[in-house]
Formats: sequence, C-alpha cells, structure tokens
Amino acid sequence: MSNNIKYWKGVEELNQTPDFKAAEKKEFAEYLPVEDFVGDKSLMEGSKTSRRDFLKYLGFGVTAASLAACETPVQRVIPHVVKTDKTNPGVANYYATAYNDGNDYADIVVKTREGRPIKIEGNKLSAFSGGGVNARINSSVLSLYDGQRLKAPRIAGNEVSWSAFDKDVEGKLQAALNGGGKVRILTNSISSPSTLKLIANFQEKYPDADIQHINYDAASFSGALSANEEAFGKRALPSYHLNKAKSIVSIGGDFLNTFPNSVMLAKQYAQGRNPEKGWMSKHFQFESSMSLTGSNADVRVPIRPSEHAAVLLALYNHVAEVTGGSKVSSSSSAYEEKVKQAAQHLIANKGKSILFVGSNDRNMQLMAIAINQALGNYGKTIDKDLTINLKKGDDNKVKALVSELNSGTVDALIVDGVNPAYSLPSQLKFAEAMGKAKMSVVFANRANETTAAASHLAASNHYLESWNDDNPQVGTYSLTQPTITPLFDTRQMQDCLLKWMGEDKTYYDFIRENWIATSGMAAGPAFDEFWNTTLQNGTYKTDAAAAAVESEPKAIDAVSVARSIGKQATGEWEIEFYQKTGIGDGNQAHNPWLQELPDPISKITWDNYIAMNPTDAREMGFATEYGEQKDANTVNITINGQTFENVPVIAQPGQARKSLSVAVGYGQTIGKENEVIGFNVFPAMNYKGGEVANYTAEVKLEDADGKYQIATTQTHQTIMGRDSVVRETSFSTYQSGDKEKFNPEHTIATHKGEMSVNKVDLWASHPVAAAGHHWGMTIDLNSCIGCGSCVTSCTSENNVPVVGKDEVRRSREMHWIRIDRYFSSNPEDVENRNYTEMETPEDNPQVVHQPMMCQHCNHAPCETVCPVAATTHSNEGINQMTYNRCIGTRYCANNCPYKVRRFNWFSYQNLDKFAALNPSQDDLGRMVLNPDVTVRARGVMEKCSLCMQRIQDGKLTAKKEGRPVVDGDIETACSSACPTNAITFGDYNNKASKVLERSKSDRAFRVIEEVGTQSNVYYQVKVRNTETTSA
Amino acid sequence: MHQEAAIREPLILGEKTYGQITEDVMQPVVGKANRSWWIAFGISAVMALWGIGCILYLLGTGVGTWGLNKTVGWAWDITNFVWWVGIGHAGTLISAVLLLFRQKWRMAINRSAEAMTIFAVMMAAVWPGIHMGRIWLAYFVFPLPNQFGSLWVNFNSPLLWDVFAISTYFSVSLVFWYIGLIPDFATIRDKVTQTVPKKVYSLLSFGWTGNAKAWNRFEEISLVLAGLATPLVFSVHSIVSMDFATSVIPGWHTTIFPPYFVSGAVFSGFAMVQTLLIIMRKVMHLENYITIKHIEYMNIVIIVTGSIVGVAYLTELFISWYSGVEYESYAFLNRATGPYWWSYWAMMTCNVISPQVFWFKKLRTNIMFTFFMSIIVNIGMWFERFVIIVTSLHRDYLPSSWTMFHPTYVDIGCFIGTIGIFFVLFLLFARFFPVLPLNELKTILKSSGEQYKKNSEDATQH
Repeated sequence: MSNNIKYWKGVEELNQTPDFKAAEKKEFAEYLPVEDFVGDKSLMEGSKTSRRDFLKYLGFGVTAASLAACETPVQRVIPHVVKTDKTNPGVANYYATAYNDGNDYADIVVKTREGRPIKIEGNKLSAFSGGGVNARINSSVLSLYDGQRLKAPRIAGNEVSWSAFDKDVEGKLQAALNGGGKVRILTNSISSPSTLKLIANFQEKYPDADIQHINYDAASFSGALSANEEAFGKRALPSYHLNKAKSIVSIGGDFLNTFPNSVMLAKQYAQGRNPEKGWMSKHFQFESSMSLTGSNADVRVPIRPSEHAAVLLALYNHVAEVTGGSKVSSSSSAYEEKVKQAAQHLIANKGKSILFVGSNDRNMQLMAIAINQALGNYGKTIDKDLTINLKKGDDNKVKALVSELNSGTVDALIVDGVNPAYSLPSQLKFAEAMGKAKMSVVFANRANETTAAASHLAASNHYLESWNDDNPQVGTYSLTQPTITPLFDTRQMQDCLLKWMGEDKTYYDFIRENWIATSGMAAGPAFDEFWNTTLQNGTYKTDAAAAAVESEPKAIDAVSVARSIGKQATGEWEIEFYQKTGIGDGNQAHNPWLQELPDPISKITWDNYIAMNPTDAREMGFATEYGEQKDANTVNITINGQTFENVPVIAQPGQARKSLSVAVGYGQTIGKENEVIGFNVFPAMNYKGGEVANYTAEVKLEDADGKYQIATTQTHQTIMGRDSVVRETSFSTYQSGDKEKFNPEHTIATHKGEMSVNKVDLWASHPVAAAGHHWGMTIDLNSCIGCGSCVTSCTSENNVPVVGKDEVRRSREMHWIRIDRYFSSNPEDVENRNYTEMETPEDNPQVVHQPMMCQHCNHAPCETVCPVAATTHSNEGINQMTYNRCIGTRYCANNCPYKVRRFNWFSYQNLDKFAALNPSQDDLGRMVLNPDVTVRARGVMEKCSLCMQRIQDGKLTAKKEGRPVVDGDIETACSSACPTNAITFGDYNNKASKVLERSKSDRAFRVIEEVGTQSNVYYQVKVRNTETTSA
Repeated sequence: MHQEAAIREPLILGEKTYGQITEDVMQPVVGKANRSWWIAFGISAVMALWGIGCILYLLGTGVGTWGLNKTVGWAWDITNFVWWVGIGHAGTLISAVLLLFRQKWRMAINRSAEAMTIFAVMMAAVWPGIHMGRIWLAYFVFPLPNQFGSLWVNFNSPLLWDVFAISTYFSVSLVFWYIGLIPDFATIRDKVTQTVPKKVYSLLSFGWTGNAKAWNRFEEISLVLAGLATPLVFSVHSIVSMDFATSVIPGWHTTIFPPYFVSGAVFSGFAMVQTLLIIMRKVMHLENYITIKHIEYMNIVIIVTGSIVGVAYLTELFISWYSGVEYESYAFLNRATGPYWWSYWAMMTCNVISPQVFWFKKLRTNIMFTFFMSIIVNIGMWFERFVIIVTSLHRDYLPSSWTMFHPTYVDIGCFIGTIGIFFVLFLLFARFFPVLPLNELKTILKSSGEQYKKNSEDATQH
C-alpha cells in the first residue's frame, strides 16, 4: 500500500516560497567559495601545487600505501616470471617419459606441480613395462633434488664454466680426432636409437680416428648375451611370456628383481599365479641366497653357488632323457629328487614352461637355452626374435678397454652413466688405467670414484631434465622428455657430444631428425602430430612381429658345453653377489628413500651384510637375532684376495648351508655429511672366463669378535601359527572349492549358537553402506611378490619422512605401508603351540609377503580411544586423521591391532639429527614434497589415509565433468605403483567395482577379523602350488 | 562422644599430656631443621632438578627422547602415572574410609598420608601431560566451548574420563586435607612468635577461632567430605584401569581390571605410607604417636590387598587359558616366559609372595622388616604396571610388529625427577605443616587424674 501522507521540511517547502525554490536547486545550502577560488587566477598562480601535481601525489600516495600494506613475499616461492601455459597453481600436470638407467627400464608418467616433478608412476599405456614401476624407479625423483649433485663442470677438480670446459675438451678432442687418435666412449647399455645414431655419426665424421663405443653393465648379463649370440646369432636377450608358463624353474635367476624389464616379468608372473582362472604356474627355485624371486617360489631348494652347474646339468639330463638329447656327464647332486621333480614338471608342461639361469657364465646360459629348446619353449613362452635391447654390456670388451687404457694409447675416454672405478673388479684397476688416458671426460650426477680419477668432470643432467629416446625391445619405442629445466649448470652427454662435434643443434633437434629419418615421414604437420602423440603417450609400438628379425637357431652341442662348464670350484665357504631390490647395482645408493626401504627378505635397512644360514651362524657362535638393540656379529672376510674387515654377518633363513651372500651397490656416500653406507664388494668380484662371475669360492671367513648395529624394521620373523593374520592354502585344496577348508569364517559362540563374528557387534554400524561412496581396498597375497614398490611410492606421495638408521633401530620407521614378511616355522610346533620354538624360522622357510597399512576399520579401535576426537570415521568409510586436533597421546597407536599408526617422535623437518638425510630439511629437497599432503608436525600421529588427496581429486574431476566416479578413476599411490596389480582400490558401494568383486571372492578374508574391527581392507588367501596344505 | 573400653590399649603412648602433643607437633615448625632433614632435602632437590632438566629436554626435543617406538607407544610414562596414582590412594582411604568406619587409629597417620596423596597425585598428573606429543595443546582435552562449531572432546575415550577422574579426586583430596589442617594451623598461629610465620599461619588458618560452633561445622564438613571422597577412592583407579580394559589389546582387555587396580592401588599406597612414616617417626621422634600398632594395622591392609592382587593375577592367568583366545593366552604366556619374564616374576615375587610373610606377627611388627617390605611392594607395584603396559603392547596381534622397549636416560631421568619433586614437597610439608592432626589427636588421648598427678609430681621433682 502506498503512502500518501506527505511531509515537509518546513513551512517554506509547503508554501513553495521563492527563496526555497532558489535554494533547492543548489547542492549545498551554504554558499561555497569554489568559484571564487578556482576562478581567481592570481590565487591559482600563487599556489605551487597544480591540479596535476595533486593527482600525481595522490596516486603515488595511494599506491605507496597499498604497497606498504602488502606482505613481504614469502621466501622460497619460485616465481614464474612468465607463466607457462597449463601450469596452474594447485593443478598437477603429467608427462609421459621413460626411465632407463642401464639397470632398470620402465615407461613412466611424471606428476609435476607448479613445474616441479614430484611423483613417478607407471605409464599405463605401456605395453612393454606393463604400467608398473619398481621401488628404484619411483624413488628416482628424489635423486633429482639431491643436494650433493654436481652443479657445474670441473676441470682437474675446479669448477669452470661450460664454455671454458667445452673449449678445453673440444681442443683436446679435435686434436686427437684429427690426428687419428683413439677415442673410447664407455657407457651403460644404450638402447636409445638416437644416441646410438649420434655415436655412429661421431665415428663417421672422423673416419681416420679410432672411435669405439663400449657398453658396460655393472650388473652384467654378458654371459647370457654371449650365449644368445652363439645360439641365435644376435647379441640380445629374448622376451619372455611368463604369463603363459605353467612351469617355471629358475636356477639362481632373480628374474622378478634384476632381469631386464623385471617390472613386466613381475606382472606376467602374477598373472600366471592367479588360481581363479583354473590353473596356476608352479615355480621351482634353486638358489643360494634367498632372493625376492625365490621367496615366492612353490618349491625352493637352497643350493651352494658351486652346485648351480650340477643342478643345471642334472636337469638337462632328465629333460634329455625324455626329449631324446645326448646325455652329458654330470656329478650326482644331493638334490636329485627335487631336480627330478622340477624336470618332470617342465617336461609335463613342454612349450608352457621356462627355465631361467641366473649365472653370468656363457656356458651355463647356453645350457639353459639348450634345455628351453628341448622343451620347445622358444616361440611359445620365450620369444628369441622379439629381443630386449636393454642389456648390451660385454665384460670382455670392458677388459680389453682397460688394457688399452693401460697401454697409454687412448687419447680420450668419455664415460657416461656408469661408475666403473666403483663397480669393476679391482683386478682391473680401472681408476689407475683411466689416469693413463690423455683425457678422460666423465659425465656424472654426483662426484664418485670414477670422477675422482677423471681429468674432466662433466656435470650431467638428471633424466628428468633430459631428452632422449629409447628402443627397449624390438618394435617398441619411447621418448624421454624433460619435466623441469636443469636445476644446475648441467648438460647431458649427447648435447656435449653434438657440441664437440661442431654440430650446431641440440640433442632434441637431433632426436627429431633421427625420428623423421627412421619413420620415413617428411618433416611437417603429419610428423609433428605423430611426434606429439608419441610424446604424449610416452611410447610407440610398431608391429613387433614385422620388426623382429627371424633368426635361425644353431644346434647347441650340449656335451661340449657341459664339458666347458666343467667342475666348479668349491671351497669351505662360497659367496654369491646379489642385488637388493632397493639399491640394485648401486647407482641410486645416495637416495634415502631407497636406503630406508627394508630389504624384502631380511627387512634390514641402511646396510649390506654377509648373509649366512642360521645353522651355520649358530655353529660359528654368531647372533641369529638382530635389530633394535641387538647387534650383529662381525667378520673379517677375504673374497678373491680382497679383505673386508669388521663387516656385519646376519643369519638369513633360506641361505644355503656353507654359502654366503652379499649385496653389491653399497659403500657409497649419502647425505650432506657424506656418510658411507655399507661396503662395496664390486671390486671383489672376479673375471671367470670371459665374464665377471657372480660367485666365488675364494673366501676366507673369520670371526672379528666385533659387534655391529643393524637396523631392521621387523625383528620377529614368524607368524606364530596365527591363522587369521595370513591365510594360505595349497592349490589342490583351493581347487576343491570348499571355502571352509581354506578360508573358514570366524564364528563366535553366543546364546543363539555359533554366529559369524561379523554379526555380533556392540556398536551400531557406520552408515557407509549404500549411500555415497564406501572406499576400500583388496590385496591379493598371491600376486604380491614383496618388491616394496608400494612402500616408496607411498613415501613419495605422502611426504613420509626419512628417519635414518638410528631411528629404524629404535623401531620408529615412518612408512605408512609396510610389507610384513613371515617365515614359516616348523609346522609341527604350530600344533603343539610351543611358542618359543615357533619364534625360530625354519632353515629353508616358506615366505609370505603381506602389505600392511591402515585397515580403515568401520569399527576402529583407534577412534574410540582418542580423547580429543582427532581420529574419526568419514561417511565414506575412511578412518581419517586430523593432524591439527591431535595432541599426541599415542593411545590410538597402542589400541591399533594392526600397528600401522606412526608417531612423529621428533620434528623431522627441523631437528639436527635428521638434517643430513631428510629431504625436507633443505630447500632443494623440499621441492619433492607433495603440496597436497600436509607435512606433519612433531607430536602428531599419522597413518595411511587411502590417499585422501587422490580421492578428493578424483571426485572433483568427476564432478567437474558432470559424471559419477567410475571404478578405476581413483588409484592410491600403492595400487598404481604395484607392478603385479596386487592392490585394488575402489568403492564398495559401486556394484560394478573390482574391489567389491574381489572382497566377495572365496579367497577374501580380513586380517584378525575376530577382533571385530570390520576393516575395509580385504586380503586374498595365498595359494601355493603345492600338493599339501601347510599351516 | 567417643566411648572406648578401658582395657583397650591406648593409641597414643608415652603418657602424653595435651600440652605435650601440641609441643611435639610444633617442634619441627618452630625449631631448626636437623642435619638429616637437610641431607634428605638436598638429595631430593638434586633429583628433582635433574628430572626437571630431563623434562625440559623432552618437551623441547620431542617424545622420541624416550625409548618408545611404533609398537610400544606407552611405557615408563604411563607406568609411572599409574604407579603414582596408585600411591595416591592410601591417603584418602585412610582419612575418608577409615573416618566413616570410625577407625580412630587413623588419626596419627592420616595427615601425612593425605599429604602423600596430594603430592603423589601431582606427580601422577605430570605424566599424562609430558607424555603428550603436543603438550601445548593439552587444553584440547577439556570440553571448552570453541569457534569450531560442534568440535567437542570424545566422551567415549577413557583417557578423557581420566582427566575428569583425576582432577576431581585431586580437588576433593586437597579440600579435605586442607579443612583438616585449619584448626592445627590456628594452633601454630597462636604459638609462634615471629611476625612473618605468624602472618602466614594466620592467613592459612582462615581466622579459625576454635569455638564450639566452628568445631561442630568442622566435624560435619569432615563427614560430608569423607562421604564424597570415599566413592572417589574406588572410582579413580577403576577409571584408570579402563584405559586398558576398554582397549582391544590382549592383556589389557580384561573386565577384572577395576577391582584389581583399586586393591593394587591401596596396596601400593599403604606401602608408600609405611616407607614415609617409618622414616618420619624416627627422624621427627613421633614413635609415641605412630606406634607399632599402626604399622601392624597397615601391614594387615597390605596382606589383604596383596592377596586380592594375587588372586587377580591368578584369575587373569586362568581366564587367558579358559577363554581359548589364542592372543590372550599367548599374551599371558609371553608375560611369564617371554623376553620380559624377569619383570613378570619381579612383580609376582614382590606383590604376591613376599607380603605373605606378614602373616607372622613377629615380622609384621618388626619396623626394619616392614620398611624393607614396603620398598619391595613399591618396586613390585611399579613392575605390575610395567608388565601390564609393556608386555601387552610389545607383542600384540601381528608378529611383524613385535618389538622390545628400551628406556633411555631421559625415561629414567624423568622418573627419578618425579620421585625427587615428591620428596621435596613431602620434606617441606614435614617441616612447615603440622604432620599430625594435633587437635584431633587430643580426642583419643587417654588421660586420667592419676596420670595428671604423676606428671605434676615429676615436674616438681625436677
């Protein structure tokens, strides 16, 4: 209703007097002398401040005031002077690239945030490496931010500029080249077609000069390469189809860990181990030290290193007996029955079996080829034509190079990607020989043994800063692209070589030109599209069958090969050299994530050691338990004449009696204080025939009467008969289909009779079923090989601190996911519950690997006890930690039956104790931190969050795209890293999800379900392909 | 009025007069401290300072300075907490429960027993504080209104119940103790001559006049407070035991815990009272007040509670077998035969076997022997908590995570520190507070005219 009442300001308004009318038009009732002032020229001219000046001052004043109000910029922000396209704060970019350090290869995807690479994952598009990564590969991102990296080139130890370096090297090189001198390039195995082309161009350009390229593998496959060359005419390793093999026999071959493309082998292996498809492979392993591969075998026979040959020959004879080959003379072995069993299984699965031999002996490998041929495996489970190019090293050529160097005739030696002064047998005296070259240019990331002896030290790029291409397998190509500009004044070998050759182009241009040339495409939009697609996908696969060159196998004269294998030297002790899953051949020994990754078998971190059978150790009077405050004994050991004093010795169940093993790759420095970790046994390896032998009988061992502090994450080795922690069964029991036999439900006696434990509960259910999401995970114990890739992936994703050896000894490692490794104890003791005896593992135990992380219990014991409600249950089924609310009573950790909670005992980011090793303690190392995950403060509890940040990201992406979250959209760091797909993450409320399907399978069980935690993580019963059930 | 048979032996020996009682209690307050006091005080102060240093280092650096690890998240910290709380039980039991039961003999000992309680609870409260990762956020455990909407403490958590239980117990004990002190402070106020002490004691005595009305109210409030304190004696340790009993850890998850903890607490509390009083009666010449009778009575309480504890231990063992739960049975087998067997057997010997010697009257009335036994019981009860906490945690469900606990010097330092602070406080109490409730004591003094005459004659003869 409108208001018709009118109000007047005064009588004047009512009467509308003339005065009022006049005044109404004026803005200001009072008279203002503006006109007088502005209009008065003399007054204006007298003033020194003009209107323009006034506005200037005003503008300046406002700007200055607002600038002063701004905060000073936060330090350590890396500003984008010019913002790059698609680099948005808070949004991750992913780049496909490839990892090849000469020891490991995988197609990978690099996650970058604000231009920093922070995470490495497998490239799911890769047909070659299968989408997984191993621990060494996914940890390599930390090596990029290593504060000890070389920051500029050096001549004779002094840092110089690249121009000075180029001038010096170019001068000397050109003099040598033009004078017909000798130039040697020593690299790791190069499978990059462009690099090989570049080296070929180099050789072509100087036809008078003697330029040679020598491939060198610290972990040598020289024997296998020579054997394949002899058998098939091509010096390359074959591809395997392990997923098709029903029978796998390995004599000392750690194919899940050290073989080229072991990531793919692991995937195929797991495919062949899935009992749900009606069959599963049977795996026999004859080996000396317990390897990662051996720990997964169905039948594992510990044999001394010198017995490998005898077992191989005996196996041959058994096979030959059936297939009709000529028998060879073989000494009888103590393992006759097992060998026969393995042979029979191989024969029963002709064409569906594989024999691996780990030895670096050419003749042993020839014998293996002969057996595989006799079994008809070539063309079926082994593809000799689809060769793998990742290993090319020739031990003989390296030896020849050293004698050339010693003769003093080499004008220039260029070394890239290897550290021969560290990894070559000491009998070669490489460093000394290198000094005799007129010039030695060593490309390296860090100062090392080889750079110390070099005249020129070229600071090299990290692979994440480099361009490259690769051809890991016939028909498969990949591109390595930089994901960050070089952090320091470094340059990769290929760019240098181009420069020194006088070519005015970058290696990137060179790769493109090379690809244009080899693809047969013309430079132009079509090629650009092909190039960009390949760059985006990371890999490119041609028709492999067409690309493969069929080779005609030569017949192998088994009798003469057997004769050449001859009698193996034996000794009181024999020692085998092996690679650990974390450290490998040692080129990332300076990576704290890998040093802190527990060895999958011994669970020891931060050390290598002499491993010995527990019975031998007891006989020698050595401790068989170590870790925490229990010290290991030390020995003085002389291997091939080289003595190592006061090195630790540990009792390793599964180690063959009277044999020892020791890991290579140690004895290098790490961290700001250049701490030396372990001892380097590479120099103690010796040539035997044409190859570096991976074992020797020239061992003298004596008790050094010392103690050595060992850090291990697991001090208790056996399962103590606890059936509800790990469940395992035999394949035959599983096939009977009776779930009660291999995975019985836990029941509890109630007044209503026996009831499933899941039906009896004090607590009301969480409303997670059938509403929104219900996240969970399943882990297949049959697929898990225990490699530890998930552990480092989680470390990288979730900013898990590195705590160092001393803290690990105090049982305070911070890993959110760990792999529990249990050795079997004598089964009869399990019946009698003689707990003391059950604590001791068998001498040759069966092994279970069980990844363990927060189980996200729906009725979580941790949640009820926190006094401040810092750990609560989300309505999506996740047990979540609120760091800000946590006061650190540790009650939750005590009450966690799975012991997966980790407490921040110190400020790992600030305390001096961690300054040398923790990446978060320096500006460079901090760049690896994932900005989506809080770095936890001192005094708070932390644990697996099921990668909450990834779940959030997946949900938001789906929401933005206006669709529901699809199964497989979200992967946790562990599940995506797993090379065998043992870990599945998903939504139980999604009826189509794989995680739901797996949680409902007959093999699904929850760890210690009877406690009533209603956990959201299911495990699948481990099935061994054995006849009888054990445990 | 209190009626007592004439043939009953007097509770106060030495044929004291009312005046003498006052003088005896006043003596340390007005007199100079003797040598032994200074020596004891010096040692305690050094221990206290060392402990404070360790605690500051702990708070500055992190809980990692203790020997805890991923599996054993509590060890000496909560062991010490429960031990101190347990010790704190005797005082209130003596003053409140025995008051309600009209046990007059309690009068000679209740003052110092209650002081011990107060100081022990203070020492107990140190541990949950410093064991926190972030002590500066300790106020999160109080249900304070905040800006975070519905952010509230977790009432399901026994640790929160602890906060309420201990703070209630401490406040009630403190008030009860202080009310009892008021008339005695007034007596001191009336006797001392120096200005400053007089001022202080008159402040402390709240203007006590000693008239009949005041006495009447004093007695009433004592009864009311005794009524309030009695359930607390049982509730505090029941709740402390629920920290363990409500968990899922084998060896913790036991319904027997509340009564078992309470009797254990009384057991250890009386042992600590014995330790303190046997020294105090000697040093402060209180043999006529704290008599063999008192010591014997307390030893009887020790046998009874020690036997209850023993039955509880055996019941636990039986149930662990009878339950058929493999984790439970392993937990107890591991206690007795595992790597911590020595702590289990130390506990069994000290708590169950050794107190049984008190069945012999000769031994339970022997002062030196009682003192020795009180130390043994204190050690045993410390081990009981250590056994419950550490041996249960160090090997629970998943054998992969089994570890040991290795104390560091900071663990030891902090524990010694609380002992030091406790004795510093107790020694100051002995020096400046009336260690016996002198006014109350006078109500149980048996005196007769004969006695008075004899005393006067003695006085004139000398």
